[in-house]
Amino acid sequence: MIVSLVVVLPFAGAVLGLLLSRYPHGRGPAENLAANKRAAWFGVLPTALSTALIGWLAWENTPSTNVLTVIDTGGIAITVGLEAAELSVLTAMLVGVVALAVQVYSVGYMRGESRYPSFSAFISLFTSAMLLVVFAADLLVLYVGWEIMGLCSYLLVGHWWEERANSRAAIKAFLVTRLGDVGFLFGIFVLGFAAGSFRISDVMAADIPEPTLVLATLLLLAGVAGKSAQVPLHTWLPDAMAGPTPISALIHAATMVAAGIFVVARLYVLFPQPTLDVLGVAAAIGMLGAALAAFAQTDLKRVLAYSTISQLAYMAAALAGGARDAAVFHLVTHGAFKALLFLCAGAVIHHVGSNLLGHMGGLRRPMPVTFWTMTVGYAALIGLPPASGFFSKDAILYGLERSSSPIQLLLYGSALLTVGVTGAYATRAWLMTFFGTGKVQALPEPAPGTAHVFDGREAPASMLWPIGVLAIPALLLGFTDTGEFHLAPAVTALVVALLGAAFVYVIWRGAPERDPARLLGVFHGPCEQAFYVDRLYAAVFVRPVLALARGVVRADDHVVDGAVRGTGRATVGLSGLTRHLQNGNAQLYVTGLLAGVLLIAVGAVVLG
Amino acid sequence: MHVVYPAVVAALLFSIGVYGVLARRNTILVLMSVELMLNAVNLNLVAFDVWLRDVLHSGQVLTLFVIVIAAAEVGIGLAIVLAVFRTRKAIELDRLRELGEP
Amino acid sequence: MSAVDFWPPSTLEIVFLLLGLVAVGSALLVVTTRQLVHAALWLVLCFGALAGCYLVLTAEFVAWVQVLIYVGAVVVLLLFGIMLTRAPIGRSDDLDSGNRVVAAVVALATAGVLVSVVVGGFQHAYADLRPGSGSAEELGGSIFRNWVLPFEALSVLLLAALIGAIVLSRTDISGRR
Repeated sequence: MIVSLVVVLPFAGAVLGLLLSRYPHGRGPAENLAANKRAAWFGVLPTALSTALIGWLAWENTPSTNVLTVIDTGGIAITVGLEAAELSVLTAMLVGVVALAVQVYSVGYMRGESRYPSFSAFISLFTSAMLLVVFAADLLVLYVGWEIMGLCSYLLVGHWWEERANSRAAIKAFLVTRLGDVGFLFGIFVLGFAAGSFRISDVMAADIPEPTLVLATLLLLAGVAGKSAQVPLHTWLPDAMAGPTPISALIHAATMVAAGIFVVARLYVLFPQPTLDVLGVAAAIGMLGAALAAFAQTDLKRVLAYSTISQLAYMAAALAGGARDAAVFHLVTHGAFKALLFLCAGAVIHHVGSNLLGHMGGLRRPMPVTFWTMTVGYAALIGLPPASGFFSKDAILYGLERSSSPIQLLLYGSALLTVGVTGAYATRAWLMTFFGTGKVQALPEPAPGTAHVFDGREAPASMLWPIGVLAIPALLLGFTDTGEFHLAPAVTALVVALLGAAFVYVIWRGAPERDPARLLGVFHGPCEQAFYVDRLYAAVFVRPVLALARGVVRADDHVVDGAVRGTGRATVGLSGLTRHLQNGNAQLYVTGLLAGVLLIAVGAVVLG
Repeated sequence: MHVVYPAVVAALLFSIGVYGVLARRNTILVLMSVELMLNAVNLNLVAFDVWLRDVLHSGQVLTLFVIVIAAAEVGIGLAIVLAVFRTRKAIELDRLRELGEP
Repeated sequence: MSAVDFWPPSTLEIVFLLLGLVAVGSALLVVTTRQLVHAALWLVLCFGALAGCYLVLTAEFVAWVQVLIYVGAVVVLLLFGIMLTRAPIGRSDDLDSGNRVVAAVVALATAGVLVSVVVGGFQHAYADLRPGSGSAEELGGSIFRNWVLPFEALSVLLLAALIGAIVLSRTDISGRR
């Protein structure tokens, strides 16, 4: 009952926000302001209530299952129901808190934006869909939420669609995740038909032969790679940074991308070793590559985007190495600190009026609150004690060290290297944003499609409060883990991370004006372009498809339409021939008439 | 008398009439050909009347009627030909094409 | 139907076939001759031969009517038509249209179809000829007993045709304005 309320409340908020925000209709500035105010209430209140209910669920801590109805399909029935297990409640808590923070934050961030009502409604819808995924008791119900999330992601990334690049990014995000979703859906089908039921508990209890399981989970993995931005379907995430920053924080850092990891964790018992190995290889490549790419980015949000890919690969590696609890733990802490980082980045961008690191610098003094909270976020990202990331990374490294996976060495080595690179890129971004000399000049007019320039010293309170609140779990979440603490891997990771950070610091001290990314040398280009994966895809997939599409258009123009036009022309030509018969010579007509009569008579005699 | 003989003669006459109607340019010749066709029909009517021994003599009576109608037709036809000749100065069928597709 | 053989043909049949040959031959000349007036004259011969055929078939009255009306009236009318349209007297090479080949094909096909159907349908039919069955007395009785109404209608039709011919051929009668 409570679980259903948790899911339905944000949905109701979305519906009300879409329908009633603009009632009574009007398009003036005053009406816009009123509509935004109403939409803010519709956005914040249900999410807050929902979060509170999740908190209560977590307090009660009794697994419960609610089945609304069983849809008899003639084949395998679909159970419309929700299930609140421990993992679900934990993830839902993360979703609720981050969504609430983002809703409050965007009230300030999107102030005066005429499309704010639909924006907040879509966030509510997204929250509802994510909670549906988290609580779903049936694979198909889970898939419904999964798809709604993809839709919301598309709508929100393309929020500033006036600029062509933004709508292109939205379409790219939609198409790439959709590519994975096809595999996901078929994976669900394979599982459901193998187990004879779509209920998750039945599927997990079913005795499914290993080859079927490998097939099904590999298909599921396609969807996971799409949603969680894993290699090779990760390319949409950096481009999705075209959306408003709160969306980046909500969808592309804390929740939607976490859905893939969550699903693997939820169905973990189903994943056989071969699938996990595939996941592990993709994760090992992804985490190091994305970290290196993050190091070379010039756009603050893209730094964070690649960092997200890298951290998600971390979790995937933990899952592949058998450390499921560590992966879930990192999922939660990462959700908290990455949302914090994004919201802080939003505040910085709001202040500077630009996404580029080169335009920032020396922001420590004008934005103290943002500075300190973002420092907490970076500390957690690097894994400095006592921030939450320290503990979760330690758990993952410990798990990978002890892993019995056949690719354990690859996973562990890659993870350790990534820790170092993470320290380096986080330090670089931190230094370039907050230290050095200030280069901020308030732009007279914000470029279209970017956030509005705020000419005050700090972001408005509605933006600062969520940041401050999120900083607390980012800092302290690590102490809630009940698992034991392992000193050796922690010290190793800390040393490696500090090494990376110190390296960057030394380079930066040498020339504060210049980008420390230059230490990559000849690898700077490939890293900044994320190893040309986008170009590779463009060459291998996009251009052939476009050429094919052009060919289809041409075929349609010349062959299909040509056939139609040709028919017309042929008819006109033939009728030109027949009109020669209509020459007014009555004898000719009679000849034709008699010949016809004869033919009919002969036909009647012969055939009749 | 075998019925086939008059029937075949009538068929041949009719075909000749058809040829005349289709091949001759002069309208009066076309009218003559029409008369040939009518006569073919008459021959048939008489022959079958004789063969069937019709008590009403419908075949021969009809032949008479056809002859009368043919006479009327020739009268009307010639009047039309004369009217056309007066207005167009020509009675060649293939020159009277005002109703043709331009 | 009948057991009478085609061979040897009876005298009547030979006479009929000769007359028929004359009729068909003169008809062919009617549609092929290059002189207009000759065509009319060949038509006379054709109609005469046909009248002979009627006689052989014991239809005396029809034969006399044929001679009277066709040979006596229709052909004369046609000759008048030829004269009134100032048709060339003598040979003229443009009496046939360019349609001739097609016309010949259609005519031959017509002949083929008709002859084959007629032969196939009536090859065993045999008519016993009884002289007198087509005499004026018999026919007159039949017409005025059984066919009076069509006869009267026909007289009205003839009258209408007469008036129509007059109206069409006179130049001093104009249509209603």
